[in-house]
Amino acid sequence: MSEHNQQAVTRYRNNFLQEVEERVEDGEWVKMCMQCGVCAGSCPLGNAWQHTPQKLFMMIRAGKREEVLTSDSMWMCTSCYNCIVRCPRKLPITHIMHGLANYAHRLNLVPKGQPTREVARLFWNSLAKTGRVNELKFSLALYFKDGFVQGIRNALAMQGVGFGLMKARRLNPMELFGGHKCKDPGSLHKMIAKAREIEDRKKGFAS
Amino acid sequence: MTAPISTNQTILVVGGGISGMTAALEAAECGKQVILAERNTSLGGRTALLYRYFPKMCHPTCGLEINLRRLKNNRNLRVLTQTEVVSVTGQRGDYTVALKISPRYVNANCTACGECAKAVETEISNPYEYGLAKTRAAYLPHAMAYPQRYVLDPSIVSTADGEKARAACKYDAIELGMQPETVELKVGTVVWATGWKPYDAAKIQPYGYDRFDNVVTSLEFERLADPHGPTGGKLLRPSDGKEARNIAFIQCAGSRDENHLRHCSRICCMASLKQTQYAREAYGEEGKSTVYYIDIRSIDRLEDFYLRVQQDPTVKFIKSKVASIKLDEASGDLILHGVDTEGYHRYAAQHDLVVLAVGMEPESNGIALPADIVTDSSGFIEGAADGGQFAAGAASSPLDVNRSVQSATAAALHAIQVVHQTAAAEGA
Repeated sequence: MSEHNQQAVTRYRNNFLQEVEERVEDGEWVKMCMQCGVCAGSCPLGNAWQHTPQKLFMMIRAGKREEVLTSDSMWMCTSCYNCIVRCPRKLPITHIMHGLANYAHRLNLVPKGQPTREVARLFWNSLAKTGRVNELKFSLALYFKDGFVQGIRNALAMQGVGFGLMKARRLNPMELFGGHKCKDPGSLHKMIAKAREIEDRKKGFAS
Repeated sequence: MTAPISTNQTILVVGGGISGMTAALEAAECGKQVILAERNTSLGGRTALLYRYFPKMCHPTCGLEINLRRLKNNRNLRVLTQTEVVSVTGQRGDYTVALKISPRYVNANCTACGECAKAVETEISNPYEYGLAKTRAAYLPHAMAYPQRYVLDPSIVSTADGEKARAACKYDAIELGMQPETVELKVGTVVWATGWKPYDAAKIQPYGYDRFDNVVTSLEFERLADPHGPTGGKLLRPSDGKEARNIAFIQCAGSRDENHLRHCSRICCMASLKQTQYAREAYGEEGKSTVYYIDIRSIDRLEDFYLRVQQDPTVKFIKSKVASIKLDEASGDLILHGVDTEGYHRYAAQHDLVVLAVGMEPESNGIALPADIVTDSSGFIEGAADGGQFAAGAASSPLDVNRSVQSATAAALHAIQVVHQTAAAEGA
């Protein structure tokens, strides 16, 4: 169990709804759900998920902490916003899905190798380092996330696209060495650190 | 027409549905002078267009008939149809109201013989059938119409058809030269019994009311079930006239929804439960009704009716707000998509006909009310700030007929109190 997770379990005991309300972005909306099922029925990928939003909200209220936070359903959300548009109680369902995913990520409870999480993590790391997403490094990192051999295979499969992009001057191979960055990455790092500190204090991670 | 004589001890009731008739009659029978102004061509409002009432499954004609008899016997009550309130100025106990009276083109000589309707050829969408049927442009509003007089649609008045109607009348009842008029009256208090209107179902985009013929509103379904209605009481679906034997009822169509009406319309659960029994009446054990609901709200004694319907094997309940409706092109049937909350099962259910239990919106929404009228967040009327005007029935809150009558009686009592106080102040 991660340190954050241990701390959360101790703090909230059996009140998972309260935990979600206090720590998950837009989590205070969960109790407003009236279980009508429109979000579940309207989700274009609904039949591909194990837990629809409707079901996740009921599970939160039923205190099924482990099952909710280790579910990979909220990672499947494509942000089409159909659920938000149709929800008769105007719950920001899409945002709650992302909030839940982010919280599960902070507690490190996400199923191993969850692809959406890996993409998000690589994207963020690239961005936070230089202030710019290095598209070449980001794509290569994605190719190699499942090991070296698979990485070579992926790269070979995509090489046509790569050369095409280079020809169209949409991809610069020199980006592999350092790459471009914002004017003052040091200040960006400080800003991100400060934002993280404020966020942690608000959500009670610091204490 | 000359303006009826009125004083600041007169009560004006706006709207001649079941609530307005009740409020007007209760006050008039207490000896008060009452003017009842109805915008349409006949009294009765939406109640007259229902097939049966819940929970006793009796016909509205019965109650309307009693009220009409009371009305005809009462000399304190004057009825103005095709009359709209233009303005209300003044204060509690001393109002001046302006009423606009539209021409009927038919005078009191009319015996409702129907010769004019035979003579005209123009057809209009029947305003009393929610667009499900057409009628000749000279028509009797409905079987229970009061006054029992024909009406000429304004569109034919200056045409050859209008002339034909006039020529066909043996009683000189048709006056093509009638003009709209505006009258000003003094009244002491106003009772707003403006009633409700169905929420515009086309706004609920995923249900396709505007795209699919076989998606109808609960009010249209009442007309289908009514023997006086467009199908002679047979439950025929609009697209191909096939008997609808497998009917879906979708609850909260527009109600309890922040995107549509925020309030619970309160009557729709009972209305749908009632309508499942229309299918049973028509087909016995052969019919099939499925009610898609969030939760069934059958309050206090009405719950007995719900329990009875639950026992009916032809009625199935699915706890789910339907997410979307798709058309099956080949059969004209509709496929309802959603997730059942009891077990979270995904369904795609096929039905002949879908009835949307549409919510109740105040009829006064979109109409400029006098400045001192207070309304709630949904537009229902609470009354005037100085206690000189009141709301009755569905104008005040989503109410069924029974509770509308109670509300109207209460409003009549409030109005009588204002008149008494006015009289006392003037030493009359």
